[in-house]
Amino acid sequence: MSFGTLTKDYRDKKLILNLVKVIKEEFSNDSYKFMHVCGTHEDTVTKHGLRNVLPKNIEVVAGPGCPVCVTHPEKIELALRLLEEKENVILTTFGDMYRVPSRYRRSFSHAKAQGFNVKIVYSISDAIKIAKENNDKEVVHFAVGFETTAPSTASTLLQNPPENFSIISAHLTVPPVLDYLLASGEIAVQGLILPGHVSTIIGSRAYEFLADKYKVPQVIAGFEPLDVIIALKMLLEQVKKGERKIENEYERVVKPYGNLRAKKLMNKVFKQEDAKWRGLGKVPNSGLDLKPEFEKFNAIIKFDINLPEITKDIEDGCRCSEVIKGLAKPEECQLFRSVCTPYDPRGPCMVSIEGTCAIAYKYGSLSLKSN
Amino acid sequence: MCLGVPGRLVKVTGTKGIVSFGGAKREVDLSLIEKPIVGDYVIVHAGFAIGKIDKNEAKKTIKILKETFTSL
Repeated sequence: MSFGTLTKDYRDKKLILNLVKVIKEEFSNDSYKFMHVCGTHEDTVTKHGLRNVLPKNIEVVAGPGCPVCVTHPEKIELALRLLEEKENVILTTFGDMYRVPSRYRRSFSHAKAQGFNVKIVYSISDAIKIAKENNDKEVVHFAVGFETTAPSTASTLLQNPPENFSIISAHLTVPPVLDYLLASGEIAVQGLILPGHVSTIIGSRAYEFLADKYKVPQVIAGFEPLDVIIALKMLLEQVKKGERKIENEYERVVKPYGNLRAKKLMNKVFKQEDAKWRGLGKVPNSGLDLKPEFEKFNAIIKFDINLPEITKDIEDGCRCSEVIKGLAKPEECQLFRSVCTPYDPRGPCMVSIEGTCAIAYKYGSLSLKSN
Repeated sequence: MCLGVPGRLVKVTGTKGIVSFGGAKREVDLSLIEKPIVGDYVIVHAGFAIGKIDKNEAKKTIKILKETFTSL
């Protein structure tokens, strides 16, 4: 197989348009609304203009699929306090997190501008290298991400990291938030497009309880435009037949039980806890905190920093909390493109490259209007 | 954030490896996958290979679709 087969065929315009034609012919009578829960899916949908080729009666909305966007400002504030109160600390962060404001628009980038030591890393492995090169300093890694990223944190902590290394765990997990959203009844969708890379780790079986509990069609999808269109067709067929099951469009990567090795490492290092999601509230069992035996790598305990309580997690006027539930589109927010831009973001959805507002800003508007 | 980039494993040294992304190469941690072998196609996320790509499955989907539309 050539490298091209991995991506080229899944971007084949002719195949995509042929499939859309079939969808238009078969599903023209009713209105359908589906939600994906992955920033990379939003990027695929918007970048490839899929909303423009899909018929108007089929709507695809973005859910809380960007871990950076839903990271609670309490965690950001915690890291900022650590920088301000302790000496010789280097904070490492993924680039996506760098400009996310906590309250009063404070962010890691502001801290850097004030002279604090903040370094952007591509991987937690880079943070380890920084710790080894700076053994007179403490390196604290801001560990953010869903199940896709959490195993890399777990594996790193199990590979004897240096003593001057610790983390703030802001890891969150996807099935509990889907449970929370579906239970709330707020999101009126007929099916879910499940995130391919979270599912690579946790497997398709991890969503079975949702199918049983809410009778909602679910399809795991890959990230090329053809993947998303195939997944939509699978969902539409389930709705039509009255089926409520989990299907896997991304079989080339996702297995029923996921990545067993990665799951084992995660379970060794993390325990589940209730966690606050920005714009959503406290979601039971959705956070990953370090187990007691890994306390020496827990920056909160190591440096005895208190978690600040922030009740107002979204700035006035910002509609991120509706955007992440698919209840508002970016251009329906009065701040969008006016005072809120990727260069000076007011809300978290405008910061991350996978935030719904940032994607809409970058590629133009989400053109699908209900009419 | 959950962006995963497909690439081909071109070198394996213990739990570290080199992955080629259409020619651009990068060191990748292989500790999350079972038995990485040179030639494997993997999904890389934040410097870690998180899963292998089943070449046959990838080909199968495309083949079925192409056949469907040829027969229409």
